[in-house]
Amino acid sequence: MIRAALNRLIGMLTVMLLVVTIVFVIVRVTPGDPAAVMLGPEATAQDIEDLRARLGLDGSLIEQFGSYVAGIAQGDLGQSIFLGQSVGTALWQRAEPTFFLTVFSLLIAMVIALPVGIASAYWRGSLFDQTMTTLAMLAASVPSFWLGLLLIQSFAVSFGWFPASGYGGPGTTLLERLHHLVLPAVTLGVVSSALIMRFTRASMLDVLNDDYVRTARSKGMTEWRVVLKHALKNALIPILTVIGLTAALLISGAIVTETVFGLPGVGNLIVSAVLRRDYPVIQGALLIVAGLYVLVNFLIDMLYLLVDPRVRY
Amino acid sequence: MAGTVSIAGQEPNLMMRLVSRPTALAGLVVLVVVSLAALLAPWLSTHAPGQLSIVNRLTPPGSAYLMGTDDLGRDIFSRVLYSGRTSLMVGFLVVGVASVIGIFLGLIAGFFRKADAPVSRLIDAMMAFPDILLAIALVAALGPSAANVVLALGIVYAPRLARVVRASTLVIRELPYVEAARALAVPTPVILVRHVLRNVTSPLLVQATFIFANAILAEAGLSFLGVGISPDIPTWGTMISTGRQFMSTAGWIMLFPGLAIVVTVLALQLLGDGLRDLLDPRLAKDI
Repeated sequence: MIRAALNRLIGMLTVMLLVVTIVFVIVRVTPGDPAAVMLGPEATAQDIEDLRARLGLDGSLIEQFGSYVAGIAQGDLGQSIFLGQSVGTALWQRAEPTFFLTVFSLLIAMVIALPVGIASAYWRGSLFDQTMTTLAMLAASVPSFWLGLLLIQSFAVSFGWFPASGYGGPGTTLLERLHHLVLPAVTLGVVSSALIMRFTRASMLDVLNDDYVRTARSKGMTEWRVVLKHALKNALIPILTVIGLTAALLISGAIVTETVFGLPGVGNLIVSAVLRRDYPVIQGALLIVAGLYVLVNFLIDMLYLLVDPRVRY
Repeated sequence: MAGTVSIAGQEPNLMMRLVSRPTALAGLVVLVVVSLAALLAPWLSTHAPGQLSIVNRLTPPGSAYLMGTDDLGRDIFSRVLYSGRTSLMVGFLVVGVASVIGIFLGLIAGFFRKADAPVSRLIDAMMAFPDILLAIALVAALGPSAANVVLALGIVYAPRLARVVRASTLVIRELPYVEAARALAVPTPVILVRHVLRNVTSPLLVQATFIFANAILAEAGLSFLGVGISPDIPTWGTMISTGRQFMSTAGWIMLFPGLAIVVTVLALQLLGDGLRDLLDPRLAKDI
């Protein structure tokens, strides 16, 4: 098992190195000089030269890559061009809304998806199953920004139940800030619930016909107990996998949702960075989000190794 | 969507089987209707898509303007039809770009044992980036234009196709007819195209349908964020983005392009689900 875990660790580190390489390459594919592109047409030659030196663009590609990797290894994601602060600090300062948004969206997605997925699998082929499967597909077909705008129009503008945008001014209580997150979290949660629901249903279908489920039934257990104790317990690993990966992907969903609702989170920071071509911020955000995804994947693999002795890497 | 993949030898049979599945058939019919509406936009539209009419600005839906007008008095119905051309074309081209890159990487990884590990790790690394995030980073680097949006989204979705092609190629390369072709000294590129690629078209077609759907959503998202196709070119995403400012007074501006996206993407998903059940029974576990 230790060998399998080591193999997986080496695999993860290789993928991380490739992620770093891809992030490094993305800025270098910019047509022309990235420093000139960032500063715009009014920049002087000296400004461009200074920025090139600041970004480390004046060395050879190998040197640039070496210093980039060395910086990351020391936790240095570089300096933002426009914010006057380090990328790490900029991301950290905006992490709270994104963190709460991700957690609440995931909770909403799970509350919708798990019971519906289990019930759909149990009553496979029924009208309920067909309706829910189609609704899940519908949820996956709705652009999150459009749904967000419709929710703002209904629940913020028409009914006035929730704030239409923002995260509350300085000095607002945590409860007030969370109140601002209700509509964004519902938007992201509904859209993300589709994938979890479909996986829950598929995973439950896999186990509901297994021998041990039949045995449990033949022992006279109640259906409730058979489904929730015997079947769900065994269907849980793939469901947890998709929940873990959804959590990592929600950060991407937050980019659009935060923009719609004017939340000052990481997603909003990324969009402003793209509009201003603040490449160090874009690179830092890419690296953190992809790194989280690789890490979640690795942790899930380790979990598999621990709970299922048949798994080998 | 199937522009780059053929389903040689399966067309009549596949169509008949597809017709027998009500949801897939519904998806196909809706998709055909949406595509025809976009193609026939010059004949179906009631006004020129860019025609301004300040006196008729923000007119609600009615007999004169089926879906109302926007802030510049332009007809929403006509613009939805014309935008469909751009949005569907972007989806189609993204599938094309993703197929070219994905098929190449997938064939290399699946067919050549030594290349498998490095190419597979590259695919893993590319898949670690959430699609919208990687796409906006690439568009930021390449510059905002329709061509760069297509290229960026093509790169973003290529690993999904590469994984599918690799998995099928791993199985096919061990089959007797591939061994026979090797024994007969058939050149490797010919084996790859004639014997391997032709047999991975089914899972490719299924995946391409889902990528088409995702590309339409992603393009709309990029346009909404203002980092995609220029707002001067009408797409469903740019229409929603423009309509956002008039949400409380003229909700129809963003309502109808949004519905167009939902209907088209839902149709593609229903069709993709049906195709997966028919063409790829191993994956047809009701996911």
